Amino acid sequence: MAESQIQNYSINFGPQHPAAHGVLRLVLEMAGEVVARADPHIGLLHRGTEKLIEHKTYLQSTPYFDRLDYVGTMNQEHPFVLATERLLGIELPPRAKYIRTLMAELSRILNHLLNVGCFVMDVGGMTPLLYAFEEREKLMEYYERASGARLHTAYFRVGGVAADLPPDLLDDIGQWCETFIPVLDDMETIATENRIFKQRVVDIGIVSPDQALDWGFTGANLRASGIAWDLRKAQPYEVYDEMDFDIPVGSHGDCYDRYLMRILEMRESIKIMKQCLAKMPGGPVKVQDRKVSPPPRAEMKTSMEALIHHFKLCTEGFHVPAGEVYAATEAPKGEFSVYLISDGSGKPYRCKIRPPGFVSLQALDMMSKGHMLADVVANIGSVDIVFGEIDR
Amino acid sequence: MVDLLAGLLPPFVWRLIVIVVQIVAIVLPLLIAVAYLTYAERKVIGAMQLRKGPNTVGPLGLLQPMADGLKLFVKETVLPTNSNPVIFIGAPMLTFFLALVAWAVIPFDQGMVLADINVGILYIFAISSMGVYGIVMAGWASNSKYAFLGGLRSAAQMVSYEVSIGFVLISVLLTVGSLNLSDVVLAQKKMWFIIPHLPMFFIFLISGLAETNRSPFDLPEAEAELVAGYNVEYSAMAFALFFLGEYANMLLMGAMTSILFLGGWLPLFDIAPFNMIPGPLWLFLKICFVMFIFLWVRATFPRYRYDQLMRLGWKVFLPFSLIWLVLTASVLTAFGWLPNQG
Repeated sequence: MAESQIQNYSINFGPQHPAAHGVLRLVLEMAGEVVARADPHIGLLHRGTEKLIEHKTYLQSTPYFDRLDYVGTMNQEHPFVLATERLLGIELPPRAKYIRTLMAELSRILNHLLNVGCFVMDVGGMTPLLYAFEEREKLMEYYERASGARLHTAYFRVGGVAADLPPDLLDDIGQWCETFIPVLDDMETIATENRIFKQRVVDIGIVSPDQALDWGFTGANLRASGIAWDLRKAQPYEVYDEMDFDIPVGSHGDCYDRYLMRILEMRESIKIMKQCLAKMPGGPVKVQDRKVSPPPRAEMKTSMEALIHHFKLCTEGFHVPAGEVYAATEAPKGEFSVYLISDGSGKPYRCKIRPPGFVSLQALDMMSKGHMLADVVANIGSVDIVFGEIDR
Repeated sequence: MVDLLAGLLPPFVWRLIVIVVQIVAIVLPLLIAVAYLTYAERKVIGAMQLRKGPNTVGPLGLLQPMADGLKLFVKETVLPTNSNPVIFIGAPMLTFFLALVAWAVIPFDQGMVLADINVGILYIFAISSMGVYGIVMAGWASNSKYAFLGGLRSAAQMVSYEVSIGFVLISVLLTVGSLNLSDVVLAQKKMWFIIPHLPMFFIFLISGLAETNRSPFDLPEAEAELVAGYNVEYSAMAFALFFLGEYANMLLMGAMTSILFLGGWLPLFDIAPFNMIPGPLWLFLKICFVMFIFLWVRATFPRYRYDQLMRLGWKVFLPFSLIWLVLTASVLTAFGWLPNQG
């Protein structure tokens, strides 16, 4: 009898798939239930952000960053404004730095809550997601009170933040920090030590430290593999060098470690937020250089100069000295960075965005090979990807 | 008057009418129970997840199941081009049919049973084994990869867990000495079987979850992996039949658990306030209790992976229920507790 070859069959995982975290199209080559090859197809959410930014002033470019990773938006604005500020060579007033640090950590929790919730949901546990969304809702209200928008905040501006925080917001955030820890504990009781959960995620998608470096992992994914690299410690920006916090580091590099990293990071973020709240200085929230940040509206009613500044800033924007700069921040998903080239005009000449999700996604094939279909879902959930930033 | 009517029609027609009325008396409350099980599910899980659940349609959202049913009823049944239409339509009908016929032997009270056959357990076992055909047919006829995988998983899963359910049943019926479900209940007059057979109760409950494809064994329709598994291509009434069948099966599992381990229609204690409550109500309460456990589990646990589910079924439950069966038999023989073979 002739030997017959059993062919693998391929299934389309997404782009309309509940566990694809957006518009991921994954072509899976399956040998039964075992994945022989996972081929991610991207680009379904490509909006040409980088090109659009070349035709917008620096101020107009900021909101595009909100739309990259729409989960914890302020973290995406951060590297762009940092890059621009470095080119401009301006130093922020301390209150602006503290507010940015506070909001960056708040956004980190916003992001990790969604990721942890969705991850547990991907392996079948529904409840933590809804606990997480309850808290996310509160955080988004703080977003709204600070910036006026729940999601696309455009709050971090070149030279500071858009506006000072409303008077009682800091107290409310302080109170929330106290109530959040028990909620996090609650979420953990359902997932962290659950035997089924552990059976599903421990030793799934192991990434060794070398592999993590080779594939360009950053953020929680890298730390889960046991490499203690965090830009907040390694290259402190804003006021992270004044903060006392720890970096959780994993040992296995499996899905479970990546999940734990995020849970622990949320606890560290709370620590940082509390310190920010305690140390929050007074003073202006943006630089007083009228060539960069617009004057207060009241001043424009009386001062001719202020009116001219406002007009110039709102039409052609501020001019950034020619040069190149790379600014990276520790976004919740990893190292989110911007490579900015300025030709001295009011618009960026080139703005290259490095999304951490892109690099995490390309390792998916390596992580999923030989695992079962259900593990692919766990892997996708654990590396924390959002398609806004991958496709840009 | 009655004699006059009786004279009009031959006696077998009368018997037929009586049976039809009895069937309607079982099926109608069953379907209403199914509808409100979906409502209870959403409310219970909602409460566990800090949500409200349905609260808009009717008072407290009580009309929500009706609205859902109506919606599915008026929609169009889409037949995928590549499907096999006969099997595609036949599968949900079979599932629904099997989910209903099993109720024929369930005793609701002393003598309150449609078919008081002396092989009740075997009948239930046979019917629930056939349940897998509906799903396999659906997975095959849809001609979709997701549905096919779902069908395969479901077949493997139901077969695996039926084996351990079988041994649990044998342990129980050894203690009873009869395959008749009414006898099973009556044998629990002194002590519910949950006490001597406690481990079997848990195995039966967990196998029941697997048998009805409920979380954490909801692999055939794991929405995170297979989108909706075998019913991915189904819409409208065909989908509704699957849905109803599935929930009717859950209720059947609840009824079986109550009858086998929780004393069926028997009251909690045979003393004044308890034995005044009618038997069917007791059975209803016990089914509610088991259903609550089903929903509770769904809100709490993540989903097993396919191979883990198989391992649990074959390597944990099967040996354990087998050992328990031998143990039961040994104890019964050693102490001379074997029921008389009448």
